[in-house]
Amino acid sequence: MERRIRFRLNGEWVEVTVKPNELLLNVLREKFGLTGPKYACGIGECGACTVLVDGEPVLACLTLAVDVDGRDVVTIEGLARDGELHPLQKAFLEHGAIQCGYCIPGFIMVAKRLLEENPNPSEEEIREYIRGNICRCTGYVNIVKAIKAAAESLRAGSSSHT
Amino acid sequence: MVKTVVIKPKVDINKVNTHILPVDFEYYEPRTLRELVELLDKLGPSAKILAGGTDLLVQIKQRAVEPKYVVNIKKVRELDFIEDRGDYLAIGAVTRLRAIEKNSLIAEKFTALHEAVRAMAGVQIRNMATIGGNLCNASPAADTAPPLMVFDAELKIVGPGYEKVIPITQFFKGPKKTVLKYNEVLAEIRIPYPKPPTGSAFIKIARTAMDLAKVNVAVALRVDEDDYIRWIRVALGSVAPTPVRARSVEEELIDKRFSEEIVRKASRLVVNDISPITDIRSTAEYRREVSKVIVRDALLIAYKRVRGV
Repeated sequence: MERRIRFRLNGEWVEVTVKPNELLLNVLREKFGLTGPKYACGIGECGACTVLVDGEPVLACLTLAVDVDGRDVVTIEGLARDGELHPLQKAFLEHGAIQCGYCIPGFIMVAKRLLEENPNPSEEEIREYIRGNICRCTGYVNIVKAIKAAAESLRAGSSSHT
Repeated sequence: MVKTVVIKPKVDINKVNTHILPVDFEYYEPRTLRELVELLDKLGPSAKILAGGTDLLVQIKQRAVEPKYVVNIKKVRELDFIEDRGDYLAIGAVTRLRAIEKNSLIAEKFTALHEAVRAMAGVQIRNMATIGGNLCNASPAADTAPPLMVFDAELKIVGPGYEKVIPITQFFKGPKKTVLKYNEVLAEIRIPYPKPPTGSAFIKIARTAMDLAKVNVAVALRVDEDDYIRWIRVALGSVAPTPVRARSVEEELIDKRFSEEIVRKASRLVVNDISPITDIRSTAEYRREVSKVIVRDALLIAYKRVRGV
């Protein structure tokens, strides 16, 4: 029993036919070629598949594709504006917060929502907010630094990303 | 001559593949509670209710359950609310944990519930998971159960053509088992406001911030001007087949004058109320020992909150 669903994907309305047991993560990666959201643990422990649905970070590996019918989905691919990286993306690069990079799209999607809710988070608040994301390379220190730096540059309003 | 060696895989790959949902099911999205109950009644016991999906979809991935029908309850908008109804607070079953965490009335009046939700998983899971799902999944470690038990919460259950309200202490029947019949739905949770001045607290022992509890405890108490304990509740999770009240501790402390000494002694009695097992997360022995400690700590914190210090 296939279903036709329609949702906003990185700002544009898209339509796709899915089976009820298809997961949002696989639909994004396989049908839309958006390989930013990653498959890792598959059971809600690691955060690598994080995307924003109606603005809130959720796990695409535990979301049915049919469940986003009519809703707004943003992946890491949707953050750059006119070829300019989002301040979070720039900060991650500048602070060496990336090693293998596999977990980074998840971290950035979570951090984006954090900075909307709390434009000036303390280190403790950042660590609390990213506790659902696992990085096995960096030890988190530079990730936390990058999020702090991005918060500063967003507060300074030095970019078109608001 | 070449010998063929057959290596038998130790695990069945079909039961550990978490990339896809390896089960085909029919999918339904009822819009009203009435429609939902009628549908469940019609589909029968091989239907599963999907709420946040953070438990059910993992179970399907691992083929622990293979439902023929999946009924998405999240589109039933009338079950998504937090409502002050005078003498009690009502929370709709599909209310997300994140909404409960952000609610200032809950943080103020039901501090132990607020702390329990904050201690659960990561923000992504809390954006997805629902309070009804946490209860209906009936894990002995469910973090929302002990705080709801200490506040004497009641559950509104709706079946075809009827509804009933039961105390949460009667809801759990064993690991993964509740009193719900296949055609019944947990619709809302009702939490009576405790008489002031009441203080409450929640403590969870887990290996990492993301983990399920080895032990969790919630307490709530009220003391009079002379420090006599006039009302007290203690409940624990992950130390019995269901979340349990620690009635030995409660009975020992009721109408006694609050002191650290008496609380320390009474907390040791918690071992009479629990029957922990050794499993993947902890041992029975550790659970017994640490239960005494966190019951004591939670009572001391709750008392400080009553006194506003």
